Amino acid sequence: MNRDPAASSNQPANDEWTIVIGLEVHVQLLTNSKLFCGCVNRFNPDQPNEQTCPVCLGLPGALPVMNRKAFQLSLKTALALDCQIAEFTKWDRKQYYYPDLPKAYQISQYDLPFSHDGFLDVELGDQPDQAQRIRIIRAHLEEDAGKNIHDESGRGRDSQIDLNRCGTPLLEIVSHPDIRSAAQARKYLEELKLLLTYLGVSDCNMQEGSLRCDANVNLHIPRGDEVVETPIVEIKNLNSFRGVELALEYEAQRQWREWQSTERRLGDVAKVTRGWDAERGVTFAQRGKEEASDYRYFPDPDLVPVTVSAEQIADISDTLGERPAARRRRLMSEFELNRDSARVIIDQGAEFAGYFEDVCGVCGAGPLTANWLTQDVLRVLHETKARITDFPLSADVLGELLTRIAEGQITTNSAREVFNSLIDARQQSGPASPEDIGRLIQERGLAIVSDQATIQPVIDAILAENPQAVSDFQNGKQGAVGPLIGKAMQHIKGADPKTVRQMLIDAMTG
Amino acid sequence: MSARLTVQDVMKVASLARLRLSEDELKSFTPQLARVLSYVELLDELDVSDVAPMAHAVEQQNVLRDDVARPSLTRAEALQNAPKTDGRFFLVPPVLTDAMESG
Amino acid sequence: MSLTAANAGQLLSLMECGDASAVDVTQACLDRIAAHDDQIGAFIHVDAAHALAQAERVDARRTAGASLGSLAGLPVAVKDILCTHDQPTTCASRMLRDFHPPYDADTISRLRAADAVILGKTNLDEFAMGSSVENSAMQPTRNPWDITRTPGGSSGGSAAAVAAGMCPLAVGTDTGGSIRQPASFCGVVGLKPTYGRVSRYGLIAYASSLDQTGPLANDVRGAARLLQAIAGHDPRDATSVQVDVPDYTARLETPIADLRIGIPREYFSEGLSDDVAECVREAIDVLRSLGAQTVDISLPHLRYSVAAYYLIAPSEASSNLARYDGVHYGFRADTFDDMIDMYCTGRGAALGAEVKRRIMLGTYALSAGYYDAYYLKALRVRRLIRQDFDRAFEAVDVIAGPVAPTAAFKLGQFVDDPLSMYLTDIYTIGANLAGIPGVSLPAGVTTDGLPVGLQLLATPFAEETLLRAGRMLERETTWHTRRATLES
Repeated sequence: MNRDPAASSNQPANDEWTIVIGLEVHVQLLTNSKLFCGCVNRFNPDQPNEQTCPVCLGLPGALPVMNRKAFQLSLKTALALDCQIAEFTKWDRKQYYYPDLPKAYQISQYDLPFSHDGFLDVELGDQPDQAQRIRIIRAHLEEDAGKNIHDESGRGRDSQIDLNRCGTPLLEIVSHPDIRSAAQARKYLEELKLLLTYLGVSDCNMQEGSLRCDANVNLHIPRGDEVVETPIVEIKNLNSFRGVELALEYEAQRQWREWQSTERRLGDVAKVTRGWDAERGVTFAQRGKEEASDYRYFPDPDLVPVTVSAEQIADISDTLGERPAARRRRLMSEFELNRDSARVIIDQGAEFAGYFEDVCGVCGAGPLTANWLTQDVLRVLHETKARITDFPLSADVLGELLTRIAEGQITTNSAREVFNSLIDARQQSGPASPEDIGRLIQERGLAIVSDQATIQPVIDAILAENPQAVSDFQNGKQGAVGPLIGKAMQHIKGADPKTVRQMLIDAMTG
Repeated sequence: MSARLTVQDVMKVASLARLRLSEDELKSFTPQLARVLSYVELLDELDVSDVAPMAHAVEQQNVLRDDVARPSLTRAEALQNAPKTDGRFFLVPPVLTDAMESG
Repeated sequence: MSLTAANAGQLLSLMECGDASAVDVTQACLDRIAAHDDQIGAFIHVDAAHALAQAERVDARRTAGASLGSLAGLPVAVKDILCTHDQPTTCASRMLRDFHPPYDADTISRLRAADAVILGKTNLDEFAMGSSVENSAMQPTRNPWDITRTPGGSSGGSAAAVAAGMCPLAVGTDTGGSIRQPASFCGVVGLKPTYGRVSRYGLIAYASSLDQTGPLANDVRGAARLLQAIAGHDPRDATSVQVDVPDYTARLETPIADLRIGIPREYFSEGLSDDVAECVREAIDVLRSLGAQTVDISLPHLRYSVAAYYLIAPSEASSNLARYDGVHYGFRADTFDDMIDMYCTGRGAALGAEVKRRIMLGTYALSAGYYDAYYLKALRVRRLIRQDFDRAFEAVDVIAGPVAPTAAFKLGQFVDDPLSMYLTDIYTIGANLAGIPGVSLPAGVTTDGLPVGLQLLATPFAEETLLRAGRMLERETTWHTRRATLES
């Protein structure tokens, strides 16, 4: 029996086993306020318990009211993931006891999630046209719990509870176990982050906790006519994309070793939870959860259901715009970029990619523009901690500058000089205009001089002043022309070195 | 099932509900709960397989609020009923397992 | 006229024309409480200085010519299940004995906006679970008409306070009959509004899809005024409805012409005591004498109401009360081994027997393997009960009947027999399951001198019909003018 949906397009790491991975991702949504109350939705670990109210504190008598924007962002995300949207959806109480869950239940969605059956395509290796489709089982909307800070000293001191985070809107996205390598798992997360940041739905910052990931993993081991599956392990406490990849790689090896010594199969034991220890680079067994939890789900009587019409779905679909993966492919095909350049540009966000396309629109040179954007422009943005929308040079201006390079009117170095001057000058004289480019080139004599009439007299003079070099060259010493080029360049600002060289050679050999 | 509700059943449910019951309570609650469960079996007289469940008394939909941030309670107010606090956090005894769930 | 025998309207007139000040009125109530509440036990918390300060503010503003709210200077007792930021809110439970909410319930905000004087917090069955206030962890409450008997529950404290002349108005809550039954036992007016009519924000939840806050008063007009002040949409409660609030007092004196009264044949069966049946029939006859028509109707699923309720309400309650874990508020045990032990010990010690029983019933009904057979099934039966009412109201304007099978029962009567206590909710529970409004109106007394209530039910948002019909009855009878005699 072979259940691998796309095994053919992604060879297992070896012939002994295939790793099978499903990812459960929680992202915090970028709303102003929390999911069920008006407390501000802001990451604030330094001022505990200052962003709470009766509702998110779970005080007796408090009631939840759904945040419209949270629902809209969720719909947007689900549509971008090509999910089916439920016409009728409701919220359920998931009941369990934990000190960071003040109501002793989490408002979540159980049997009627607002979306289901979507997918995310993840590119394989270096082939842009080959993508693995990772299917998504469901995406639903629920509230976050607070934070429980354990005493790490081991002296058994009280745990501290901060409820600032309690009630933050979370979108839970559950994939099918379609992922077939640790690297692919990481790519899935990167693509998901790219998509969600493009949509403005979430920051997807694992370090700040706005993206959390649990992985479910086991091995499929071919054995004669059958394929044996090892017990599924859930890995928690993953806190970086790289960590996810390392943990899965480690876990695959561990499960292989365990299979070899125990031959335990899926179904022999209950699902096990292991934590990832990033420092030691290992997964470790976690205590607790000996029995399966009975969450006693039932529809939350304080919240009324939500209906979504086909019209609403169409309206939101229209606002989705081009998805980043598609845009990345288009940059490569339409603007002749290589994969890495396209990726860097797309990773900077929709506005940056838009700037790229605008600049290209002016100068028509894709790779050239990509170089300048990924090096010079990004450098300035990083140094000034600015976004592309604040960048001092408009697309028109930069486009004009790059046009001059593309047409051979100035050298790259000269262009850099102009670039830096305009950026520095912005403070004093306001935004630059394309005319400033021409003006600066002229003022500083940066135009490449390549017309023979201007250069010839200088050539003649240099040759006349350097008879030894001339005779050396004429006697076969090719390298003698080098210093002569340098001397000539000193006399003609902006001379095109290729032209100068050719003319010197012609003069000496003519 | 209900008529045969045992003390063990009651203990299991009490544990799910995080309720410690005394011996006396176990002894008196068990028959009382058994009687109620037996009584509600009255509903088995009805075939309701084609009747939609009514979870809300007033069946309205789409009650949503605008995404506007509003003032929160002060920290002092949030902590004012806390049985144990250090002035910044709620304090609880250390949790031994990473995720404790009902069951 | 004694201030404590007056109704709300009479008190407002006295204050408006200057014959009494708000302080006079509040002081009279406080005096009566001081004289009799040791015996009656209606109040859990009274802050006399605080009440008088509120009254003083009303007097000062009246003197200054400022405009005043619709309940200006009227003392109102509030069931201790509504959050008040300036007084403790205990739900008559050890779990919340020291709980001070940092916020006011919507109902409380509206009372303050109407310039009412919030007299204090009244006793109830713990977390509103019960029909006699015997489940209060604080103290018993006695029926002012016979102190060996219960005032009913769970809003027994509020009903007793009004019946004892301690205040003309009180606020209660009704989940399975908890306003109407105590109103009946205490001979006062008690109204449960349509679900969603009054905001539940700040009402400490027992069963979320059934709870409603409503007025108790010593006359129909008083109940109407109080309802007027607290009804209305609240954006903080997603189950609160956006239906206009009519003027409940505008047409109160206008009798309803051609009132059609449905009498369910299932009501008058064995189990209903004779003297209650007689009082109820007599009250219906009064309405008939005013031109009302009675129609024989059927509520075929009446007999399943109690079973459905005692699956739905405990299920919701088991979830609503799970938050009482002593982590962020509420009682926390002193000694325990670990976290789980802390929860179990604290809840075990601080929650009463009836609360524990209902939590366990609900936990059981929602647990894996039982959910479909119990909780879900009860929700389906609920719809059938609602459909019974919808069908009945096609032919009638109101449905009339008893509130409870008997008049007030003796304290201790059901202490070992919770199921028998549950069965007494048979007439009131249907309105909560269906979400429709209902009122209990004083309808005379039994031969033992115990009050009996007539229950009227109406379609959603037809509270005005209930109040007008109630006023019709009041005008023709003197039942509502009788007051319990209290020993000094």
